[in-house]
Amino acid sequence: MANFTPLSAAIGGALIGLAAALLMLTTGRIAGISGIFGGVIGWNVPDRDWRIAFIVGLILAPLTGTLVGYSLVEPQMPASWAVIIIAGLLVGFGTRLGGGCTSGHGICGVARLSPRSLVATVIFVGVAMIVVGVIRHGLGG
Amino acid sequence: MLVLAGLVCGFVFGWGLLISGMMQPAKVLAFLDVFGAWDPSLLVVMATALAIGSAGYALARPRTPMFAARNLWPDKTTIDAPLVIGATLFGAGWGLSGLCPGPAIENLATLSPRLIVFVIAMAFGMALHDAWQRWRVAAAPLAASADG
Repeated sequence: MANFTPLSAAIGGALIGLAAALLMLTTGRIAGISGIFGGVIGWNVPDRDWRIAFIVGLILAPLTGTLVGYSLVEPQMPASWAVIIIAGLLVGFGTRLGGGCTSGHGICGVARLSPRSLVATVIFVGVAMIVVGVIRHGLGG
Repeated sequence: MLVLAGLVCGFVFGWGLLISGMMQPAKVLAFLDVFGAWDPSLLVVMATALAIGSAGYALARPRTPMFAARNLWPDKTTIDAPLVIGATLFGAGWGLSGLCPGPAIENLATLSPRLIVFVIAMAFGMALHDAWQRWRVAAAPLAASADG
């Protein structure tokens, strides 16, 4: 647990919860990023404007972070372009088919004790742990 | 006002991911790597997000939202095949990359070419699903709604 950062994790998590609560209190919407982004790129979406605004706010956050000492670190990505594309397709298709991602199911859904979201969260966390285990440690775990 | 609320909430959400370190795929993968040098930080992020989120939802439930007619709570309750298969596919992609949609989109700020390709593939995967659903609905009318 060398890289465990409980304090920054607790503060960041609280802000994520606050954002989800504020979005419901002001707009009556669930803060599910896959749903919000899906609505931005989808056809015939009636309430596209607030979705675009949410995505803009999301991208502005790290840019303003640079003003107070956070650095824009290029994310560590898989070396293989094929893996990047396959992973992107799986995340896009899977979150739409399953009706949510880490935010929509994992935070918003679990926060309102939705059995669907609890099941989805256990599945995607479990599958991701298995995939990482196989990639990093081989089939034997 | 709806747009301003969206902007502010996206901004606060983004700051939460930034401060928690969850913008970094390496940090997320360290949480998912339970067989290696496990980093439980993401668990703490979930815990405080759920504490504040559920308190906020309890506050919101009996109220009418400030800038909309009503709260749009997801109406689906059945645990069905699309939920299970979708969560499985998403989990596989998340494990391969360490990226879920929020941090992926937020990382567009870095202009990393590999990240941009990931987000394009993700958008294509979403569009592929939606096109397939429209085709299915056209073939056999069936209401579909998402959780979030």
